[in-house]
Amino acid sequence: MGLQALTYLVVGFTFAVYIGIAIWARAGTTSEFYVAGGGVHPVLNGMATGADWMSAASFISMAGLIANMGFGGGLFLMGWTGGYVLLAMLLAPYLRKFGKFTVPQFVGDRYYSKGASTVAVLCLLAASVTYIIGQMTGVGVAFSRFLGVSNHVGIFIGMGVVFMYAVFGGMKGITYTQVAQYCVLILAYTVPAVFISLNLTGNPLPQLGLGSHMVGTDISLLSKLDQVVTDLGFGKYTTQLPGSTLNMFVYTVSLMIGTAGLPHVIVRFFTVPKVKDARASAGWALVFIGILYTTAPAVAAMARLNLHATINTAVMSGGDLFAPESSIVYAQRPDWMKRWEVTGLLKFTDKNGDGRIQYYNDKSKNAAFNAKAAAARLERQ
Amino acid sequence: MSQGKDISQYWPTVLRLIATVLSVWALVSYGFGILLAPALNNISLGGYPLGFWFAQQGSMYVFIALIFIYAWKMGKIDEEFDVHEE
Repeated sequence: MGLQALTYLVVGFTFAVYIGIAIWARAGTTSEFYVAGGGVHPVLNGMATGADWMSAASFISMAGLIANMGFGGGLFLMGWTGGYVLLAMLLAPYLRKFGKFTVPQFVGDRYYSKGASTVAVLCLLAASVTYIIGQMTGVGVAFSRFLGVSNHVGIFIGMGVVFMYAVFGGMKGITYTQVAQYCVLILAYTVPAVFISLNLTGNPLPQLGLGSHMVGTDISLLSKLDQVVTDLGFGKYTTQLPGSTLNMFVYTVSLMIGTAGLPHVIVRFFTVPKVKDARASAGWALVFIGILYTTAPAVAAMARLNLHATINTAVMSGGDLFAPESSIVYAQRPDWMKRWEVTGLLKFTDKNGDGRIQYYNDKSKNAAFNAKAAAARLERQ
Repeated sequence: MSQGKDISQYWPTVLRLIATVLSVWALVSYGFGILLAPALNNISLGGYPLGFWFAQQGSMYVFIALIFIYAWKMGKIDEEFDVHEE
């Protein structure tokens, strides 16, 4: 069976499971539609929150962002998990205690004002719409890659599927669908990561693999990566900042506050039976999120190393990165590059006309790199 | 009916707990993971520079522990003041 057929089979099967659960657990009452009847076990609720929260951004883009940003990518990791500490202590238990279905209802009752609750609805819509734009872009990426169609067509197909099972099940259907989704999602993410880690470092746990030595050497993976990226003119992986320390600081603050305020996460804490459960549930949510979030930086660093090693054979052999024959020939690029080129999200421009792929930072301020790159370009003329 | 502690002390006790948890929360992320990271990078944890480890691994482990410690402590406070749900 080809890879494409296998992909259709596996993805088709998981969709069938989700829709099956949505029909089985479809909502019968208002309380079931909004808060799943208020009887979800805290661990299951944590799992559903994890699946709810880790969507396109975490699953598709985050490792890539970290791979590009290096150390600075930690702002997504800290920002998107740190918000849960705020949520667990300052919001979730109190909202749960109040016993209403939605935050605008809470605001309206607490401040005795219809106006305040209208403002809350507007904020909710602004936050949700902004969030959905991001998510749908991710859905487009996933479906365009999966079905081999353009990004736009992918978005419409994806929207249709999501609409189908969200509308029928309400919160009850969604909760149990998301528990299943979490299991699929975490397996899909960690299994490849375990094997990549095993392959590069001999350690099956990616969280430890990232801090281990490369197989058969006494160089740590991170120092190898630091070496490779600085040689190619990029910022040093383990210290590279997103602009400045101040930028990283305020970026993290905003992500933490944003995480604590996300409507679809807050509503999850209305679905557990007691206030005590709401507190524990936030902890379980972060455990399930943490499994992916602590794997992501390992995937990021390993993928970054792999990308450079794929394009430039001297990365692993330790030869001259700037020798013309080190760069791979475009016609012999791996199949995954060809598949991503179809989606329009990966492009190559052969600027020097040698039919090979060179990938380095042409805006580098690293003098040693610039000298080598200039010499390599001269040699080729 | 069992009598809990003086209820006027409930809220200050909760606030103290929240302040403690949030200080640790800020210290590991903003402190160790961002502001002090360059200094901590001189120390290695296995193959990890320590500041990098806090930014990409350690702070998340601490966050998880913090929520469970908070939930456990709050449960105890609620029982001491006899305001827990049956």
